[in-house]
Amino acid sequence: MTSFFEMGGYAWYVWMAYGAVAAAVVAETFALRRRGHRALATARMMREAGGDADMDAIDSGGAR
Amino acid sequence: MIVNWFRYASPVSFYPLAGRLARGFGALAAVFAAIGLWIGLVAAPTDATQGDAYRIIFIHVPAAWMAMIVYVAMALWSAVALGLNARLSAMMAQALAPTGALMAALALWSGAFWGRPTWGTYWAWDARMTSTLILLFLYLGVIALRQAIDDPRRADRACAVLALVGVVNVPIIYFSVQWWNTLHQGSSISLTAAPKMAMLMLAGLLVMTAAAWCYCIAASLTRVRAIIVERERGSGWVASLIDIGTSP
Repeated sequence: MTSFFEMGGYAWYVWMAYGAVAAAVVAETFALRRRGHRALATARMMREAGGDADMDAIDSGGAR
Repeated sequence: MIVNWFRYASPVSFYPLAGRLARGFGALAAVFAAIGLWIGLVAAPTDATQGDAYRIIFIHVPAAWMAMIVYVAMALWSAVALGLNARLSAMMAQALAPTGALMAALALWSGAFWGRPTWGTYWAWDARMTSTLILLFLYLGVIALRQAIDDPRRADRACAVLALVGVVNVPIIYFSVQWWNTLHQGSSISLTAAPKMAMLMLAGLLVMTAAAWCYCIAASLTRVRAIIVERERGSGWVASLIDIGTSP
Protein backbone atom coordinates (compact mmCIF):
# COMPACT_ATOMS: atom_id res chain seq x y z
CA MET A 1 0.00 0.00 0.00
CA THR A 2 2.83 2.40 0.85
CA SER A 3 4.47 1.67 -2.49
CA PHE A 4 1.20 2.63 -4.21
CA PHE A 5 1.32 6.11 -2.66
CA GLU A 6 5.05 6.45 -3.37
CA MET A 7 4.40 6.01 -7.10
CA GLY A 8 7.94 4.82 -7.72
CA GLY A 9 9.42 8.06 -6.36
CA TYR A 10 7.10 10.30 -8.45
CA ALA A 11 4.52 10.77 -5.69
CA TRP A 12 4.77 14.62 -5.68
CA TYR A 13 4.10 14.89 -9.42
CA VAL A 14 1.44 12.20 -9.73
CA TRP A 15 -0.58 13.23 -6.65
CA MET A 16 -0.31 16.97 -7.36
CA ALA A 17 -1.80 16.29 -10.82
CA TYR A 18 -4.50 13.88 -9.61
CA GLY A 19 -5.22 15.96 -6.51
CA ALA A 20 -5.89 19.07 -8.59
CA VAL A 21 -8.33 17.17 -10.81
CA ALA A 22 -10.13 15.73 -7.77
CA ALA A 23 -10.30 19.15 -6.09
CA ALA A 24 -11.56 20.78 -9.29
CA VAL A 25 -14.29 18.20 -9.86
CA VAL A 26 -15.49 18.40 -6.24
CA ALA A 27 -15.37 22.24 -6.25
CA GLU A 28 -17.27 22.54 -9.55
CA THR A 29 -19.89 20.03 -8.46
CA PHE A 30 -20.56 21.93 -5.23
CA ALA A 31 -20.49 25.32 -6.98
CA LEU A 32 -23.01 24.09 -9.56
CA ARG A 33 -25.34 22.70 -6.92
CA ARG A 34 -25.19 26.00 -5.01
CA ARG A 35 -25.77 28.05 -8.15
CA GLY A 36 -28.84 25.99 -9.04
CA HIS A 37 -30.32 26.33 -5.55
CA ARG A 38 -29.50 30.03 -5.41
CA ALA A 39 -31.11 30.66 -8.82
CA LEU A 40 -34.36 29.04 -7.64
CA ALA A 41 -34.20 30.83 -4.27
CA THR A 42 -33.72 34.22 -5.97
CA ALA A 43 -36.62 33.55 -8.32
CA ARG A 44 -38.77 32.59 -5.32
CA MET A 45 -37.74 35.71 -3.42
CA MET A 46 -38.55 37.93 -6.40
CA ARG A 47 -41.94 36.30 -6.66
CA GLU A 48 -42.72 36.76 -2.97
CA ALA A 49 -41.40 40.35 -2.94
CA GLY A 50 -43.63 41.31 -5.87
CA GLY A 51 -44.00 44.84 -7.16
CA ASP A 52 -41.83 45.22 -10.23
CA ALA A 53 -42.57 44.54 -13.88
CA ASP A 54 -41.14 41.04 -13.71
CA MET A 55 -43.54 40.21 -10.90
CA ASP A 56 -46.51 41.08 -13.09
CA ALA A 57 -45.30 38.60 -15.65
CA ILE A 58 -44.92 35.94 -12.96
CA ASP A 59 -48.33 36.61 -11.43
CA SER A 60 -50.18 36.46 -14.73
CA GLY A 61 -48.40 33.33 -15.86
CA GLY A 62 -47.99 31.47 -12.59
CA ALA A 63 -49.74 28.24 -11.72
CA ARG A 64 -51.73 29.73 -8.86
CA MET B 1 -43.27 7.31 -31.71
CA ILE B 2 -42.68 10.67 -33.31
CA VAL B 3 -40.51 13.00 -31.27
CA ASN B 4 -40.71 16.67 -32.01
CA TRP B 5 -37.12 17.69 -31.40
CA PHE B 6 -37.85 21.39 -31.82
CA ARG B 7 -39.82 21.11 -28.59
CA TYR B 8 -36.46 20.96 -26.79
CA ALA B 9 -35.32 24.23 -28.35
CA SER B 10 -37.52 25.89 -25.72
CA PRO B 11 -36.05 26.33 -22.22
CA VAL B 12 -39.39 25.23 -20.70
CA SER B 13 -39.19 21.71 -22.11
CA PHE B 14 -35.41 21.52 -22.06
CA TYR B 15 -35.12 22.26 -18.32
CA PRO B 16 -36.47 18.91 -17.02
CA LEU B 17 -34.78 16.97 -19.85
CA ALA B 18 -31.42 18.57 -18.97
CA GLY B 19 -31.93 17.52 -15.35
CA ARG B 20 -32.52 13.88 -16.26
CA LEU B 21 -29.59 13.84 -18.72
CA ALA B 22 -27.26 15.54 -16.21
CA ARG B 23 -28.02 12.90 -13.58
CA GLY B 24 -27.49 10.07 -16.09
CA PHE B 25 -24.21 11.43 -17.44
CA GLY B 26 -23.03 12.24 -13.91
CA ALA B 27 -23.59 8.63 -12.83
CA LEU B 28 -21.86 7.36 -15.97
CA ALA B 29 -18.91 9.69 -15.31
CA ALA B 30 -18.54 8.28 -11.77
CA VAL B 31 -18.61 4.69 -13.03
CA PHE B 32 -16.12 5.34 -15.86
CA ALA B 33 -13.83 7.31 -13.51
CA ALA B 34 -13.82 4.48 -10.95
CA ILE B 35 -12.91 1.90 -13.60
CA GLY B 36 -10.44 4.23 -15.35
CA LEU B 37 -8.66 5.20 -12.13
CA TRP B 38 -8.35 1.58 -11.12
CA ILE B 39 -6.83 0.70 -14.52
CA GLY B 40 -4.62 3.80 -14.59
CA LEU B 41 -3.30 3.80 -11.04
CA VAL B 42 -3.39 0.10 -10.12
CA ALA B 43 -3.76 -2.31 -13.02
CA ALA B 44 -1.59 -0.65 -15.68
CA PRO B 45 2.09 -1.57 -15.27
CA THR B 46 4.89 0.94 -14.64
CA ASP B 47 6.31 2.46 -17.84
CA ALA B 48 9.78 1.24 -18.79
CA THR B 49 11.27 4.70 -19.40
CA GLN B 50 9.07 7.17 -17.46
CA GLY B 51 8.37 5.07 -14.39
CA ASP B 52 5.10 5.84 -12.60
CA ALA B 53 5.20 9.51 -13.67
CA TYR B 54 3.54 8.46 -16.94
CA ARG B 55 0.31 7.76 -15.01
CA ILE B 56 -0.47 11.47 -15.29
CA ILE B 57 -1.42 10.67 -18.91
CA PHE B 58 -4.77 9.25 -17.71
CA ILE B 59 -5.94 12.69 -16.59
CA HIS B 60 -3.75 14.99 -18.71
CA VAL B 61 -4.81 13.72 -22.13
CA PRO B 62 -8.58 13.53 -21.40
CA ALA B 63 -8.48 17.05 -19.91
CA ALA B 64 -6.58 18.42 -22.92
CA TRP B 65 -8.97 16.74 -25.36
CA MET B 66 -12.03 18.02 -23.50
CA ALA B 67 -10.58 21.55 -23.40
CA MET B 68 -10.53 21.55 -27.20
CA ILE B 69 -13.81 19.64 -27.71
CA VAL B 70 -15.74 21.86 -25.29
CA TYR B 71 -14.40 24.94 -27.09
CA VAL B 72 -15.59 23.59 -30.45
CA ALA B 73 -18.98 22.78 -28.90
CA MET B 74 -19.16 26.30 -27.44
CA ALA B 75 -18.33 27.78 -30.86
CA LEU B 76 -20.98 25.62 -32.56
CA TRP B 77 -23.70 26.66 -30.08
CA SER B 78 -22.53 30.26 -30.53
CA ALA B 79 -22.90 29.94 -34.32
CA VAL B 80 -26.44 28.57 -33.90
CA ALA B 81 -27.24 31.34 -31.40
CA LEU B 82 -25.99 34.03 -33.82
CA GLY B 83 -27.54 32.49 -36.93
CA LEU B 84 -30.96 31.59 -35.57
CA ASN B 85 -31.08 34.10 -32.71
CA ALA B 86 -31.87 31.13 -30.45
CA ARG B 87 -31.58 31.97 -26.77
CA LEU B 88 -31.24 28.40 -25.49
CA SER B 89 -28.23 27.89 -27.81
CA ALA B 90 -26.63 31.01 -26.33
CA MET B 91 -27.30 29.64 -22.85
CA MET B 92 -25.61 26.36 -23.82
CA ALA B 93 -22.56 28.28 -25.04
CA GLN B 94 -22.57 30.25 -21.78
CA ALA B 95 -22.81 27.02 -19.75
CA LEU B 96 -19.87 25.37 -21.53
CA ALA B 97 -17.29 28.12 -20.98
CA PRO B 98 -16.45 27.57 -17.27
CA THR B 99 -16.15 23.78 -17.65
CA GLY B 100 -13.95 24.25 -20.74
CA ALA B 101 -11.77 26.72 -18.85
CA LEU B 102 -11.44 24.21 -16.03
CA MET B 103 -10.38 21.47 -18.47
CA ALA B 104 -7.78 23.77 -20.07
CA ALA B 105 -6.42 24.73 -16.63
CA LEU B 106 -6.24 21.06 -15.57
CA ALA B 107 -4.49 20.10 -18.81
CA LEU B 108 -1.86 22.81 -18.21
CA TRP B 109 -1.50 21.98 -14.53
CA SER B 110 -1.19 18.20 -14.97
CA GLY B 111 1.12 18.81 -17.95
CA ALA B 112 3.43 20.90 -15.77
CA PHE B 113 3.65 18.12 -13.20
CA TRP B 114 4.33 15.62 -15.96
CA GLY B 115 6.85 17.85 -17.69
CA ARG B 116 9.02 18.38 -14.62
CA PRO B 117 10.06 14.71 -14.09
CA THR B 118 10.23 13.86 -17.81
CA TRP B 119 11.61 17.05 -19.45
CA GLY B 120 13.17 18.69 -16.41
CA THR B 121 10.87 21.74 -16.46
CA TYR B 122 7.36 22.65 -15.33
CA TRP B 123 6.89 25.05 -18.21
CA ALA B 124 8.37 25.88 -21.59
CA TRP B 125 7.12 28.33 -24.23
CA ASP B 126 6.59 25.43 -26.56
CA ALA B 127 4.00 25.65 -29.35
CA ARG B 128 1.50 23.25 -27.85
CA MET B 129 1.74 24.60 -24.30
CA THR B 130 1.55 28.21 -25.46
CA SER B 131 -1.47 27.56 -27.71
CA THR B 132 -3.21 25.70 -24.87
CA LEU B 133 -2.51 28.66 -22.56
CA ILE B 134 -4.11 30.91 -25.22
CA LEU B 135 -7.13 28.55 -25.19
CA LEU B 136 -7.46 29.11 -21.42
CA PHE B 137 -7.23 32.89 -21.96
CA LEU B 138 -9.92 32.67 -24.68
CA TYR B 139 -12.23 30.88 -22.25
CA LEU B 140 -11.51 33.46 -19.55
CA GLY B 141 -12.05 36.23 -22.14
CA VAL B 142 -15.49 34.85 -23.08
CA ILE B 143 -16.46 34.59 -19.39
CA ALA B 144 -15.16 38.10 -18.58
CA LEU B 145 -16.87 39.62 -21.63
CA ARG B 146 -20.21 38.23 -20.47
CA GLN B 147 -19.66 39.66 -16.98
CA ALA B 148 -18.93 43.06 -18.54
CA ILE B 149 -22.22 43.34 -20.47
CA ASP B 150 -25.42 43.81 -18.48
CA ASP B 151 -27.94 42.94 -21.19
CA PRO B 152 -27.85 39.11 -21.56
CA ARG B 153 -28.92 39.16 -25.23
CA ARG B 154 -26.17 41.63 -26.15
CA ALA B 155 -23.70 39.55 -24.12
CA ASP B 156 -24.83 36.45 -26.06
CA ARG B 157 -23.93 38.07 -29.38
CA ALA B 158 -20.61 39.53 -28.23
CA CYS B 159 -19.51 36.24 -26.63
CA ALA B 160 -20.61 34.29 -29.71
CA VAL B 161 -18.42 36.43 -31.97
CA LEU B 162 -15.42 36.06 -29.64
CA ALA B 163 -15.97 32.28 -29.35
CA LEU B 164 -16.16 31.94 -33.15
CA VAL B 165 -13.03 34.04 -33.77
CA GLY B 166 -11.13 32.04 -31.13
CA VAL B 167 -11.99 28.66 -32.64
CA VAL B 168 -9.07 29.17 -35.07
CA ASN B 169 -6.82 28.32 -32.11
CA VAL B 170 -8.14 24.74 -31.82
CA PRO B 171 -6.52 23.36 -35.03
CA ILE B 172 -3.37 25.28 -34.09
CA ILE B 173 -3.22 23.35 -30.79
CA TYR B 174 -4.03 20.08 -32.50
CA PHE B 175 -1.42 20.36 -35.25
CA SER B 176 1.17 22.28 -33.23
CA VAL B 177 3.27 19.14 -32.62
CA GLN B 178 3.48 18.60 -36.40
CA TRP B 179 3.86 22.21 -37.55
CA TRP B 180 6.61 23.18 -35.14
CA ASN B 181 9.52 21.45 -33.47
CA THR B 182 8.08 21.13 -30.02
CA LEU B 183 9.20 19.76 -26.70
CA HIS B 184 5.74 18.21 -26.36
CA GLN B 185 5.68 14.66 -27.63
CA GLY B 186 3.14 13.45 -30.14
CA SER B 187 2.06 10.37 -28.23
CA SER B 188 3.30 8.68 -25.10
CA ILE B 189 1.67 5.34 -25.71
CA SER B 190 4.16 3.02 -27.31
CA LEU B 191 2.38 0.53 -29.54
CA THR B 192 5.64 -1.33 -30.07
CA ALA B 193 5.82 -2.36 -26.40
CA ALA B 194 4.41 -5.63 -25.11
CA PRO B 195 0.83 -5.79 -26.46
CA LYS B 196 -0.87 -6.43 -23.13
CA MET B 197 0.78 -3.42 -21.53
CA ALA B 198 -0.10 -1.08 -24.40
CA MET B 199 -3.64 -2.46 -24.39
CA LEU B 200 -4.12 -1.78 -20.67
CA MET B 201 -2.71 1.75 -20.95
CA LEU B 202 -4.87 2.46 -23.99
CA ALA B 203 -7.93 0.99 -22.23
CA GLY B 204 -7.30 3.20 -19.19
CA LEU B 205 -6.92 6.26 -21.38
CA LEU B 206 -10.12 5.53 -23.32
CA VAL B 207 -12.17 4.86 -20.17
CA MET B 208 -10.87 8.06 -18.53
CA THR B 209 -11.71 9.96 -21.72
CA ALA B 210 -15.26 8.57 -21.56
CA ALA B 211 -15.44 9.73 -17.92
CA ALA B 212 -14.26 13.21 -18.93
CA TRP B 213 -16.87 13.41 -21.72
CA CYS B 214 -19.68 12.37 -19.35
CA TYR B 215 -18.48 14.74 -16.63
CA CYS B 216 -18.33 17.75 -19.00
CA ILE B 217 -21.81 16.98 -20.36
CA ALA B 218 -23.24 16.58 -16.84
CA ALA B 219 -21.57 19.77 -15.55
CA SER B 220 -22.67 21.85 -18.56
CA LEU B 221 -26.26 20.61 -18.39
CA THR B 222 -26.41 21.31 -14.65
CA ARG B 223 -25.05 24.81 -15.26
CA VAL B 224 -27.46 25.49 -18.13
CA ARG B 225 -30.37 24.66 -15.81
CA ALA B 226 -29.19 27.29 -13.34
CA ILE B 227 -28.68 29.78 -16.20
CA ILE B 228 -32.20 29.09 -17.51
CA VAL B 229 -33.70 29.88 -14.08
CA GLU B 230 -31.49 32.97 -13.66
CA ARG B 231 -32.43 34.38 -17.05
CA GLU B 232 -36.08 33.28 -17.28
CA ARG B 233 -37.11 33.95 -13.68
CA GLY B 234 -39.51 36.64 -14.78
CA SER B 235 -41.52 34.17 -16.85
CA GLY B 236 -44.56 32.21 -15.79
CA TRP B 237 -43.14 28.74 -16.17
CA VAL B 238 -40.30 29.42 -13.72
CA ALA B 239 -42.91 30.67 -11.24
CA SER B 240 -44.84 27.40 -11.61
CA LEU B 241 -41.55 25.57 -11.05
CA ILE B 242 -41.22 27.39 -7.74
CA ASP B 243 -44.81 26.61 -6.82
CA ILE B 244 -44.16 22.91 -7.24
CA GLY B 245 -41.22 23.48 -4.94
CA THR B 246 -38.96 21.04 -6.72
CA SER B 247 -36.38 21.13 -9.47
CA PRO B 248 -37.26 18.06 -11.56
